[in-house]
Amino acid sequence: MATTTTGVAAGEALLRVEALALHYRTRQGAVRAVDGLTFDVKRGEALVVLGESGCGKSSLARALMRLHPRNLAHHGGRVWLGETLISELSDERFRREVQWSRLALVMQASMNALNPVVKVGEQVAEPLRELKRWPRRRALERAAEVFQRVGLPLDFMARYPFELSGGMRQRAVLAMALVAEPELVILDEPTSALDVLTQAAIMNVLKEIKRDQGTSFILITHDVATSSELADRVALMYAGELVETCSAERFFTAPAHPYSRMLMESVPRLHERRRPRAIAGQPPSLLDPPGGCRFAARCPARFARCAESPPAFVPETADGAGAGVEPGGEPGVGGEVSSEVRESRHRVRCWLHATGREETP
Amino acid sequence: MIAWRSGRWRELARYPSAIAGVAIILVLVGVALAAPLAVPYGEALERWRGGERWQYHPVNAAPVWVDRLRGGRAPTTRVIASRDVEAEVHPFPGGRRLTLPLTFDYAFDDFPSELNLFLTAEGHARPPFVRLLWQTPDGREIPLGGHRLGERERISISQDRALAQRLGGLAPHIGLFAAEKAEGEAGAPSLQTGRYGLVLEAVLFDAEAPLEAELVVYGRVHGIAGTDHQRRALSLALLWGTPVALAFGLIAAVGTTLTTLVIAAVGVWYRGWVDAVIQRLTEVNMILPVLPILVMVGTLYSTSIWLMLGVVVLLGIFSAGIKTYRAMLLPIREAPYIEAARAYGASNLRIVMRYMLPRILPVLVPSFVTLIPTFVFLEASLAVLGLGDPELPTWGKVLNDAQSQSALYNGYVYWVVSPALLLMLTGLGFAMLGFALDRVFNPRLRSL
Amino acid sequence: MTAEAPLMEAPLVEARGLHTWFELRQWGFLRVGAVRAVDDVSFTLARGEAVAFVGESGCGKSSLVRTLLGLHRPTAGEVRCEGRDLASLGGAELKAWRARVGYVQQDPFGALPPFLDVRRILAEPLKVHGVGDRAERERRIRAALEEVRLTPVEEFLGKFPHMLSGGQQQRVVIARALILEPALVIADEPVSMLDASVRVEILELLRGIQRQRGLTLAFVTHDLATVRHYAERILVLYAGKVVESAPVEALLDAPEHPYTRALLGVLSDPDAANATRQREVPPGEPPSLITPPSGCRFHPRCARAIAGRCEVEAPPEIATAPARRVACWLFDEPAPPAP
Repeated sequence: MATTTTGVAAGEALLRVEALALHYRTRQGAVRAVDGLTFDVKRGEALVVLGESGCGKSSLARALMRLHPRNLAHHGGRVWLGETLISELSDERFRREVQWSRLALVMQASMNALNPVVKVGEQVAEPLRELKRWPRRRALERAAEVFQRVGLPLDFMARYPFELSGGMRQRAVLAMALVAEPELVILDEPTSALDVLTQAAIMNVLKEIKRDQGTSFILITHDVATSSELADRVALMYAGELVETCSAERFFTAPAHPYSRMLMESVPRLHERRRPRAIAGQPPSLLDPPGGCRFAARCPARFARCAESPPAFVPETADGAGAGVEPGGEPGVGGEVSSEVRESRHRVRCWLHATGREETP
Repeated sequence: MIAWRSGRWRELARYPSAIAGVAIILVLVGVALAAPLAVPYGEALERWRGGERWQYHPVNAAPVWVDRLRGGRAPTTRVIASRDVEAEVHPFPGGRRLTLPLTFDYAFDDFPSELNLFLTAEGHARPPFVRLLWQTPDGREIPLGGHRLGERERISISQDRALAQRLGGLAPHIGLFAAEKAEGEAGAPSLQTGRYGLVLEAVLFDAEAPLEAELVVYGRVHGIAGTDHQRRALSLALLWGTPVALAFGLIAAVGTTLTTLVIAAVGVWYRGWVDAVIQRLTEVNMILPVLPILVMVGTLYSTSIWLMLGVVVLLGIFSAGIKTYRAMLLPIREAPYIEAARAYGASNLRIVMRYMLPRILPVLVPSFVTLIPTFVFLEASLAVLGLGDPELPTWGKVLNDAQSQSALYNGYVYWVVSPALLLMLTGLGFAMLGFALDRVFNPRLRSL
Repeated sequence: MTAEAPLMEAPLVEARGLHTWFELRQWGFLRVGAVRAVDDVSFTLARGEAVAFVGESGCGKSSLVRTLLGLHRPTAGEVRCEGRDLASLGGAELKAWRARVGYVQQDPFGALPPFLDVRRILAEPLKVHGVGDRAERERRIRAALEEVRLTPVEEFLGKFPHMLSGGQQQRVVIARALILEPALVIADEPVSMLDASVRVEILELLRGIQRQRGLTLAFVTHDLATVRHYAERILVLYAGKVVESAPVEALLDAPEHPYTRALLGVLSDPDAANATRQREVPPGEPPSLITPPSGCRFHPRCARAIAGRCEVEAPPEIATAPARRVACWLFDEPAPPAP
């Protein structure tokens, strides 16, 4: 099991997502950007959502935060945050009770989204004044605390965004997300526009916050190496679906899905002489995803059954658990499954791991 | 660009407004192409000059279809010619006597607007003499007096004051068509329908020389567009106004857009003093008012439409458009593909013309389309101000005439409405297409 | 390349004391300073070798690339290309040099004019240099597409950039860079905007073509992890200067300059243990290129800075091994100190 947290109620599911779907309407037809995702995040856990561009990982963030574009065609599935079924809340209640205060988002390139004419400190304090109706002084005091947490000098509070470097602005955005002490922070490519050293510094900050405060994270990225800097668990997305969800140890050493393996082999490594190998072909269009397994066309291990869409399996080699099909893909339910299976949170959407199949090529 | 285009057209077809706009434009273009075929340019100018060729047309007649649509039966113009009737000839020594019964059925709802008789007597040694007798359907005969004829004679029966007095103060073209009133009956004269006749009794002092007579009973409605104060059919001006308006709008739009674009691109690419000079010229030009300058040119120099077109394009070169295009081109200048082109050695000219301009052309198409009617309106405004081309029949010219004749005050609504409607239709067609194009080319404006 | 036998041993490109500064002016004439994007950089690119220029954004690597391409004039120093000073070349000669250099950019979509199809995009350099007639150009376009493995060629000739995936776009960019048969290809972050699974493909392609054609590849990147298999030498740039240059394996296995060490220290291979490991990051941020620090430009962030020396005098490039140089006072001693 992957939870490596201190103190705070580790092990309890904080976020549960069931069959989350987000489809967009375009002139060419519906784009199924997020197509039936089921996963959970425990308290104090960091889940990394990995995926290539266009696989729907940013849409996942938007679907969770309800930041819907105008051309939304379908938004479905159920989302629990703690005990609250937040997917059933009205938009107004969601905004008042969940957004920022319990669930925060740091968007891609959001360091450029700061208001250029408002001082950084004021902007960081803004969510408190807006959502919690805190007086200005109290909000600014809290903002100062968060500034220290993310490693921003306090005198930066009185500066304007353009006076800060990219890395500093990104820290400010992070401070803004953390200021209302949300239980879960979604980070969508938070460091991809930054330099290596700045990236490492920000990852350091995230690790500290996770360790000291038990905040849960969903880190969305396309960069495998960066993802390992925070991940307790990894969820790999491909063409709108989760193809594999497992612990970080498992994912970075012996992933189960053919796509996961090929992805790991394509990563250039600093200290290994083995040449990385590219994955031939391209991901399918989300406009008209192929029936059956969506990776089949690029998969060297495909066989006849891949023409059918695979459900999420618990692989036999899963983190110390037995194999078995998981009913409805819902974690923790289903009486007929053994308790071991219920324990395992490893899911693979691949026929190679169907019950009764033992070979793993 | 070709592959782009077909996709864009398909996209455009999704907008009903675009289809309506294209339909309107196609109709206008069709009319514009048909105009020179129907009436050649030279002839159109010749005809619009006015004069005798229009003498069989009524003055200020409304379009026929307007009256018919309202269920009316207003009179149209009728010409009864002597060559169509049987003449009685009584020769006498040294000449002959001729009786020409010009008869016609009158079955309209309203009195005619005018009554004229055109007589041609050519080749007579001594002028012939003619006496006129008006016959009404109820058998009354009203003598209209006698005339000694020249070679060509126009007898304006409507203008005969003496006759009007005899008819009880009614204008002859009304009095002659009115039913006889009972003694002491007052009120408006009432129209009598039936067979009327004008009998010409002519004495010719020549055995052979002909006498041609044409009685014109002018109607109150005429053709599809009516006539103006000079009897000219407005259909000519409306028809020929189409190609003139479209040509003016198109040439002015193309001229200003292209030159402005090239100049803006040159400024953006070379930067430095080139850009500075272009910017300053633009700023000076932006505060120069176009219309007053055109009025000045028109008043002091010439009101030829082609000169005006030249001035419009000239003033349009350094227009505010440069600022807009500059803003669009500046980011393109920094585009990586431009840098790549520099890296493989493309010349400055090639970069401006082949890499920078094509990039913003699609964005310009919509604004270009919406620019066309503004120039059409400009030309019309000039004409309304009396600075229209003196020779060309244009929509603005029609409006100008209507205004100077107080058309609306006199109730000649059609005179104002038809050219105005054509102008609005042009604006509407191009605007509908332009706005739809804008959505196609600037996806940010799209509503899904 | 046939008449150049005597020059074979001479480097293809030799930069000596290269400075590319951008003047900052107020009101158009008053000089208020300069951005020292490239500040006294010397290196050589031998024929047929692949060299990686590594550095963070703002270290001057893009300016260096543009100076090599002849898009910026050097403020001082010289770039000798095939023995001739780039700055001395006239219009026609400069154009001829540009045909000898292929350029692969970072953003493949931006690098292709969106309104031209692949055939026309590839025909452009040929037309600019007046190469061949229509049939000859078509033949070379097809050959180039085959070389970058965009096959079947027919399928791609008529496509517009937006119809291609990022990897395919970058292949077209590479085909365009190769179509004039250059001696040098400069690739500025060729894969940083591509997906992980495509990166390797493109790097392999570039490296394969470089080896096959025996051309020189200058490969600019910020990511040391991708360098190992795709270059022979690395030059590490910091704040407009080369701080370390060494063969790839040597540098990755035993970095010498404190900055290189810091860079390698934060990079790691994917490993679950990374999540609990705090990285050692030098404090502060890269310096401004307008007012760079005195002495060694890394000294304000360097944990091993020698007080009284590093902030006073800029270190020279010190040879620590054959083909290995480092600009750091720590290596000034006859025997370098233990790391």
